[in-house]
Amino acid sequence: MKSWITPRNAFVAALLAILVLLPVYAALTGNTFMMTLFTRIVILAIAAVSLNLIMGFGGMVSFGHAAYLGIGGYVVGILAKEGINAGLVQWPLALLLSGLFALAVGALSLRTRGVYFIMITLAFAQVVYYIANGLDRYGGDDGLTIQRRSEFGGLVNLSNRTAFYYLCLAFLLATVYLVWRIVNSRFGLVIQGARSNERRMRAIGFPTFRYKLVCFVIAGVLCGLSGVLLANHTNFISPALMHWTRSGDLIVMAVLGGMGTVFGPVIGAVALLVLEETLPHVIGLASYLVTGKEVAAAKEYWQLILGPMLLLIVLYARGGIDGLMAGTRRG
Amino acid sequence: MAEGLLSVDGLTKRFGGVVASDDVRLDVTRGELHAIIGPNGAGKTTLIGQLAGEIVPDAGRIHFDGHDITALPVHGRSLMGLARSFQITSLFPHFTALENVALAVQAHAGHSFRFWGDARQETSLREPARAALERVGIAHRADTIVANMSHGEHRQLELAMALATGPRILLLDEPMAGLGADESSRMVKTLRGLKRDLTILLIEHDMEAVFALADRITVLVYGRVIASGDPASIRANAEVRAAYLGEQEAVTHV
Repeated sequence: MKSWITPRNAFVAALLAILVLLPVYAALTGNTFMMTLFTRIVILAIAAVSLNLIMGFGGMVSFGHAAYLGIGGYVVGILAKEGINAGLVQWPLALLLSGLFALAVGALSLRTRGVYFIMITLAFAQVVYYIANGLDRYGGDDGLTIQRRSEFGGLVNLSNRTAFYYLCLAFLLATVYLVWRIVNSRFGLVIQGARSNERRMRAIGFPTFRYKLVCFVIAGVLCGLSGVLLANHTNFISPALMHWTRSGDLIVMAVLGGMGTVFGPVIGAVALLVLEETLPHVIGLASYLVTGKEVAAAKEYWQLILGPMLLLIVLYARGGIDGLMAGTRRG
Repeated sequence: MAEGLLSVDGLTKRFGGVVASDDVRLDVTRGELHAIIGPNGAGKTTLIGQLAGEIVPDAGRIHFDGHDITALPVHGRSLMGLARSFQITSLFPHFTALENVALAVQAHAGHSFRFWGDARQETSLREPARAALERVGIAHRADTIVANMSHGEHRQLELAMALATGPRILLLDEPMAGLGADESSRMVKTLRGLKRDLTILLIEHDMEAVFALADRITVLVYGRVIASGDPASIRANAEVRAAYLGEQEAVTHV
């Protein structure tokens, strides 16, 4: 057996320690912005991990994964607007609808592959996006403010910033663990085999379609959970939740962090969202150093830095940040 | 005609104007090694494709062990005991050799909607997989990633995967393709061993191997069966010699 103490594992441990201790730091410094940012990171990491299950392990590149964020979020928002705040009603219904949507999308899209698969998943997500746009009672394209977060009696108070953060973190860790168990199970090997060589999988006796479909549904449900949490976090839903660029962000998180491992997308989510916050400041600073005064407009071009970074990762580190540290990439 | 383990009747497949299978009739008897030979473009691989279920025939029926399997999907045929190997190596390159074969075992060990246990630790999958690797002589390479193995080892692994499904008939599509002389003779030895326990349908270009192994030979030319019989009668068949063996005389010592 290899030693558990590797640079990669040390990095993962450090990242986990940061995530666990963040509320302590925020409380000591009074930095609520950090709490808001990292709650968002943790929630979107769940979505990225769920996408990675189908994309990284199953080879199913879904370009409509944000639809589940929307479905999860809108179930919470719509029910709250109609006066149903009970989490035990909202959440199971959100997960159920996410799963059913995944079942419908998967049943159609998994009959195709490559670009067609990507386009069909995108098309379905766009349909949901425009439906949300048309829901005038629920704010249409302006969105809808959620007056009260989901309620769980006296069990947990989601309006407590720290409690909510730890709840999200617990869901993230549970999701990572679940996906880790799945990819190493019999089911997971079938999914990975189908990504590697579907023709051979059928020839040795696997009806691959139904396994891929179930995997697609699991990923949809997990991402629906992310949507539920996101709506509770922002107290707001709008069609922007499931804009196609959001699906793109999730793909970027998985690729950036590393698709070959279960934890990679968590790294990717942290990296992408932290860069999104810090790169504008970096550019601002650079403009100050060059011109002697800060050029506010320059900050808008932070993606000029992110783009080449992504390009370098994709070109030279196929396993993402996680793969860079591990030095190898397993299939 | 006696009912074979695998019997094909009137199988026809057209690709545009090309008739790849033309009213093919074929009977593979239990326990025999039945070889199919024919020049390039004779429709051998198309025939295997139809037997395995990847290609849907335009007409004709395929019976396996008394059941009509013409409409059965690929995985269903595998579960019935019909295993194939591929002419162009078709493996899981990022898995180890053992993991490749263990997947084939797993396919026949009940459904795989098991989400929790670590499948790589299951001895009920690993042991039969190891046995299959041993049978083809590459057990010592069990933990090697397939992408790092040689072509010859890939050919043997192809065979091990087909074996691991516990087949009643093996459809082998050119198992010697691309092998050197040494590797070829090792493969012939392996096949001779398998022949004792299994029914085998062998498609092969290597005439020396075919005449060394086959109990019966069917000759396919332009999608049509022009002759079928034991090796001696095929050797003597004038039409076969004209169509095919003439160019191979030096090899087969007719």
